[in-house]
Amino acid sequence: MATPDAEIIVDDPTAPADNSPPVLLTRTVDVITSLLLLGLAALFCFDNWRTGIAWETDGPQPGYFPFYLGVILAGASLYGLANCLLTRTSPAHIFLTRDQLRRVLQVFVPTLLFCLLTQWLGLYVASFLLIAGFMRLIGRIALWKSLLTAFLFAIVMFVTFDVAFDVIMPKGPLEAAFGY
Amino acid sequence: MEAFGLLLHGFTVLLTWKTLAVMMVGLVLGIFVGVLPGLGGPNGVAILLPLTFTMDPTSAIVMLSCIYWGALFGGAITSILFNIPGEAWSVATTFDGYPMAQQGKAPEALTAAFTSSFIGSLAAVLLITFLAPGIAAFALQFGPPEFFAVYLLTFCSFVGLGREDKHKTIISMTLGLLLAGIGMDTVSGTLRMTFGWNELLRGINFLVAVIGLFGISEILLTMEERLALRGHTASISLGVVLRVWKDLPRYWVTLLRSSAIGCWLGITPGGAIAASFMGYNLAKRFSKDKESFGKGRIEGVFAPETAAHASGTSALLPMLALGIPGSGTAAILLGGLMVWGLNPGPLLFVEHKDFVWGLIASMYLGNVVGLALVLTTVPIFAAVLRVPLAAIAPMIVVSCAIGAYAIQNAIFDIWLMLLFGVVGYVFKKIGIPLAPFTLALVLGSRAEDAFRLAMIGAGGDLRVFWSNGLVGSITTLALILLFWPLLGPLFERAARLWRLPRGSRAA
Repeated sequence: MATPDAEIIVDDPTAPADNSPPVLLTRTVDVITSLLLLGLAALFCFDNWRTGIAWETDGPQPGYFPFYLGVILAGASLYGLANCLLTRTSPAHIFLTRDQLRRVLQVFVPTLLFCLLTQWLGLYVASFLLIAGFMRLIGRIALWKSLLTAFLFAIVMFVTFDVAFDVIMPKGPLEAAFGY
Repeated sequence: MEAFGLLLHGFTVLLTWKTLAVMMVGLVLGIFVGVLPGLGGPNGVAILLPLTFTMDPTSAIVMLSCIYWGALFGGAITSILFNIPGEAWSVATTFDGYPMAQQGKAPEALTAAFTSSFIGSLAAVLLITFLAPGIAAFALQFGPPEFFAVYLLTFCSFVGLGREDKHKTIISMTLGLLLAGIGMDTVSGTLRMTFGWNELLRGINFLVAVIGLFGISEILLTMEERLALRGHTASISLGVVLRVWKDLPRYWVTLLRSSAIGCWLGITPGGAIAASFMGYNLAKRFSKDKESFGKGRIEGVFAPETAAHASGTSALLPMLALGIPGSGTAAILLGGLMVWGLNPGPLLFVEHKDFVWGLIASMYLGNVVGLALVLTTVPIFAAVLRVPLAAIAPMIVVSCAIGAYAIQNAIFDIWLMLLFGVVGYVFKKIGIPLAPFTLALVLGSRAEDAFRLAMIGAGGDLRVFWSNGLVGSITTLALILLFWPLLGPLFERAARLWRLPRGSRAA
């Protein structure tokens, strides 16, 4: 029969507050993105123009197809840009509040560091540091749990990929010390 | 009944202990991924793809497609128990599923969701079994102009039928096509858009981009929201299952209608989300008791779940038959095919019979096994949500990095993944759709090759795209779809003018 079991409650003590002040408006991001895309389109168009966008006797030169794609991309970005600048939406739509920015950076910065560390320490050591550090510093989970989880995860990944499936990951001095 | 015999052969390919084990692992991983907030079908498949690199293609695709079915099943668990749709297409399931759970009828709601998912998928798999070989056989006559026309049709239907702002869909698509062109040009061997940068010689790998766009960006998006959740776990007893199943025939109209909607929308790109809402809304409109929808009506669970799964599954039809994916996840599976050295398209049915029919057979078997698995293990998976995100988020980041690196053994790809993560995050927040980008990136070079080969064949004459009835009608249809947002109102106005004289006479 239907038996409603135990309730599951997960709290989020560091959740972003609803009244946190805005840092960025969606319009601003829209404009910046359109400008970046426009620049990218110009860059691609220039490069393809250099490669050759004309027709040879038997068909288009290599730059033809991407060149016109670049033109379409530029057109669509210009339209988006004009749309943003000419129409006024009220109230302004918020892209990020300060609290949200803090939370996003809490994931982004560790991820960035992880990518950097992978280059020198290898993926497994870097992932141990990422998981343990993230759980301890941002999740405020007990130190032993963080270290144990991170250690087990790194070991399981190593056994799964490097040993069982032969998918070789970047390695650093620690693995070298063990002869891998 | 040639299809039937081939299907039986497919089952024999499948029924080995190794494949069955792979199937179970895939399903469990898939349900897990579906239950976790911030992960879902496409992300799960993309992240777990590297696991399959060293398998043979059949085991690999069985595993990946089972991850996909599992994720589809798993999405329903969080929607019903916690009112958190794990996927956009599960949103409609929460309308009646969550109220049912609050009334203590969670087991019934879950059983209904899983059963209808199963029915939806089954309808779509039947469609694939009997339609795909025919379409593939027909497509074998296609030359480059026809293929380019079909690609054009796919791209145009995204622009014309998508719900997002048109210019944003176009931005997403052209960007994808451009990035697909980076690196060595396959026709002439010229280097394009590499700007003298060696790392770009290989081009931008589709899977690396997908892992960033879906995996990393989803973690960023999940973190910025409030993560508190509250709900009940529930276990399903045999009695409940039998009771729900006994009532099933009463809802056959809803089930049939939702299956049909799902199959149709799944084949045309951009489907599952629209299908689930449409299934729900139509069930509500045709119901005698409209008021009770949204208050915990079991039909409100049947309708969207059937449609979503029918559409998610039938999205694989154009992928198998034509090499054109009908959804983001299908695009990733397609990317997988290429990694295993298979060339997606109609020839697959001729050259790799074992593979294709093994996959189709695994759709049947995977759904049956998946249904049994979710019905018995709901409490375990619901408990997964107790694990704090602070532990899961970094593990997902690591899995993404492993996936991105493993594809080409390049550290550069890990950085590329991070870049695409940021791009995906920004795009999602300002409403630039990612599905056209994914599709363009995976189809880009093949679309361009088809275009150029057609041009070379025709001596540079654009009229080749109208050179026979078939290619002409596909190209024309593509252009109509592209300009549909402009043409649609025009047609309506014309229709109104036509009706006006009669109306005025009546007045």
